[in-house]
Amino acid sequence: MAAKLAVSLDGELVEITIRSLQVTITATLIAALIGLPLGAWLAVSRFPARRYIIALLNALMGLPPVVVGLIVYILLSRAGPFGVLGLLFTPTAMVIAQVIIITPLIASIAHQAMRELWADYRDLLISLNATRMQRIATLVWDGRRTLLTAKLAGFGRGIGEVGAIMIVGGNIDNATRVLTTAIALETGKGDFALALALGFILIGLAVAVNLGIHMLSRTEQGSLW
Amino acid sequence: MQSILPLTLEDIEIRRNGKRLLGPVSWVLDGAGISILMGPNGSGKTTFLRAMHGIERISGGRIRWAAQAPEVQQAQAFVFQAPIMMRRTVRDSIAYPLRLRGVSRAQARSAAEEWAARVGLGAALARPAMVLSGGEKQKLALARALVTAPQLLFLDEPCANLDGRATHDIEHILQDACKAGTRVVMSTHDIGQARRLADDVLFLHDGRLLETAPKDQFFTRPATPEGAAFLKGDLLL
Repeated sequence: MAAKLAVSLDGELVEITIRSLQVTITATLIAALIGLPLGAWLAVSRFPARRYIIALLNALMGLPPVVVGLIVYILLSRAGPFGVLGLLFTPTAMVIAQVIIITPLIASIAHQAMRELWADYRDLLISLNATRMQRIATLVWDGRRTLLTAKLAGFGRGIGEVGAIMIVGGNIDNATRVLTTAIALETGKGDFALALALGFILIGLAVAVNLGIHMLSRTEQGSLW
Repeated sequence: MQSILPLTLEDIEIRRNGKRLLGPVSWVLDGAGISILMGPNGSGKTTFLRAMHGIERISGGRIRWAAQAPEVQQAQAFVFQAPIMMRRTVRDSIAYPLRLRGVSRAQARSAAEEWAARVGLGAALARPAMVLSGGEKQKLALARALVTAPQLLFLDEPCANLDGRATHDIEHILQDACKAGTRVVMSTHDIGQARRLADDVLFLHDGRLLETAPKDQFFTRPATPEGAAFLKGDLLL
């Protein structure tokens, strides 16, 4: 029954699936734009607070999504500092919450990868008198295939996230409902077949996106990195 | 472009964790040709080269160049003993220093292709640098260093672990670079290589520069017992 529902391509199901992808892909791209250079910057820089920032990033990887949702809710609510923007209960609010959740994860994994690459490149880039920006750009570019893992981890965390986007999105039909919030709703209503069907789609999406990106990026091929 | 030489070293010293690695060393690098740094393992050859190039911080003394800092940094290059390979193709690896200097992609690639052909990597342009053989990697590192037409080139044992053919090719490239006006300072363990390439020899032992002499003088009449012992193949303790 669940499988039949999953492959029926019901209009509402398709809309929810597309919205899930839109929110998470947008959040992952924004988080990658922040997290990848941040990870590379931490790898090439030496300053007293660096260790604390790395420790903080690692700690933030385990940030409870519900707390993030609550904070974003307060900030975006009508009485909050950004209430005037009217973003609460919109996909934009969901993207903001996901960016906050995903960025530390991407930055932290990127930092690990960039640290190893920096150990390889350090002498060369210093010898070639590369500026700090050039060093960061070089690490991000040359490590792009390794950094795919960071982006996919971010996507994986985002697509399966429910607590924060439930709070800031409100799970509104035809507006902010995504796969995870729909699963929570249908489970609450006792419609386990539909909830399970949505779950299958969610798993299928996560696997398909991972496989697709790996194939497009041609990773795991002998002569590439 | 103004000449960055002479390079004057005044009592430079390098210490790490209270241990003296090099110095005090005083020397003036000027003119043309190939200067070869010789000495046993741990004598400070690599540290000396890195200090001159500016990638090793000195603990004491002074390094003076004939030009200002930005010009000095742009006019020199370094080839490491273990060539550092970027995760790029051969073409993009050689073009990289030019791209850092703002040269257009097309011009940088064209120069890279020319240099790849000169060092015998013309057929490997599209290959990833990481999969090259040891000799090819060192040739790539040389091409990457020479593509910017440096006035001064430092090399740290560039032929260590290479076979005879690769060593011959690299020595040939170095002699060509020298004829084209690049001043070369290179360390080597290989006495035969020093005899083939050197115009003058610097002999280091225990972090101290014991001798600086023209090649013929060093190999026929070394001025120090340590130099003589090194040439005889004795262990220097």
